Amino acid sequence: MGEVQEAAWVAGAWDALVGAGVRQVAFVPDAGLIGLIRRAEAAPDVVAVPLTTEEEGVALLAGAWLGGQFGALFMQSSGVGNCVNMLSLARTCAFPLLCVVTMRGQFGERNPWQVPMGRTAADVLRLAGLGVFEVDDAERVAETVAAAAAMTLAGGGAMAVLIGQRVLGAKAFAAAVQP
Amino acid sequence: MSALERRPLVAGLLAGDDDVLVVTGLGAPSWDAAAAGDRDLTFPLWGAMGGAVAMGLGLAQAQPQRRVLVLTGDGELLMGIGSLSTVGWRQPANLAVVVLDNERYGETGGQRTHTAGRTDLAAVAAACGFPTTFTVRDPTGTAGLGERLWSSPGPRFCVAKVRPDDEPLVMPPRDGVVLRERFRRALGLSR
Repeated sequence: MGEVQEAAWVAGAWDALVGAGVRQVAFVPDAGLIGLIRRAEAAPDVVAVPLTTEEEGVALLAGAWLGGQFGALFMQSSGVGNCVNMLSLARTCAFPLLCVVTMRGQFGERNPWQVPMGRTAADVLRLAGLGVFEVDDAERVAETVAAAAAMTLAGGGAMAVLIGQRVLGAKAFAAAVQP
Repeated sequence: MSALERRPLVAGLLAGDDDVLVVTGLGAPSWDAAAAGDRDLTFPLWGAMGGAVAMGLGLAQAQPQRRVLVLTGDGELLMGIGSLSTVGWRQPANLAVVVLDNERYGETGGQRTHTAGRTDLAAVAAACGFPTTFTVRDPTGTAGLGERLWSSPGPRFCVAKVRPDDEPLVMPPRDGVVLRERFRRALGLSR
């Protein structure tokens, strides 16, 4: 892996998270999350927790709030489906919860296996009771993260910011060797 | 075989320990903790199956000066078994996990869990990097269990093999917002 230059939206989005008082960041990696994960791991006042499955993060951040810390959960769109029952914890107890979801299977996707959750992630989150902001403009990611964080901290319920493939770009499979 | 009684074991773990922060997994562990006495610093899960250990980890990280006890069952833990690996990665020294292992899904008709077969949860926890793991099978092992847990290097993991008996239902409050807020207030947190 060579050094990849950080995407332009990452710094602003991270500043928005820090501004909201995020102290724990739980994540399952995605290529679209590389920059945010690096920032979380480098931040001295933030505990970055890699998960084995995204639903762990919903529970982990509920525990963090119980102990006085706000956090954020980063995942790829395919991870949304893994969270559904655990999201009842955030809803029933009105825990603040901020999810940052990077989209696959949505715009220009070359892997059809990513498409089902790409098409349903936003609706699944809405059905689970979350407020959903979809962002397709890199310049609006930071303000959207800040708004979602403010809403969930104000008691408005769990929030998800979905960062679209128009912002992230679709994964290229050009270098693959055909069998 | 499974010789321990779960209620005295839980009562013994919690008796006189007003400082410990407790998360209980859904079902019998939540009833066991309630039977030992409702307390503000116990958060009993009524759902969110598989989330107890992860919730305990988040709490332990937010309150590193406090001891955090996750009290859960074998079925609940099996659903979130990956969270043992996450704890192993993070190594929270202030966390203990106690599994009341009756080898059954007690709330749904007593169907056998994988621990009735060959799954050894203490071995799983050890393989995930818990520095302290042990299994208690007979009553002599429960004397001083709390002392043994908290004096050993954390995160620590104890399987208590308990009898698959139905105990009288003792329920904690079930309003999640009330449970959340009374816990936070007891920690001196506002909002």
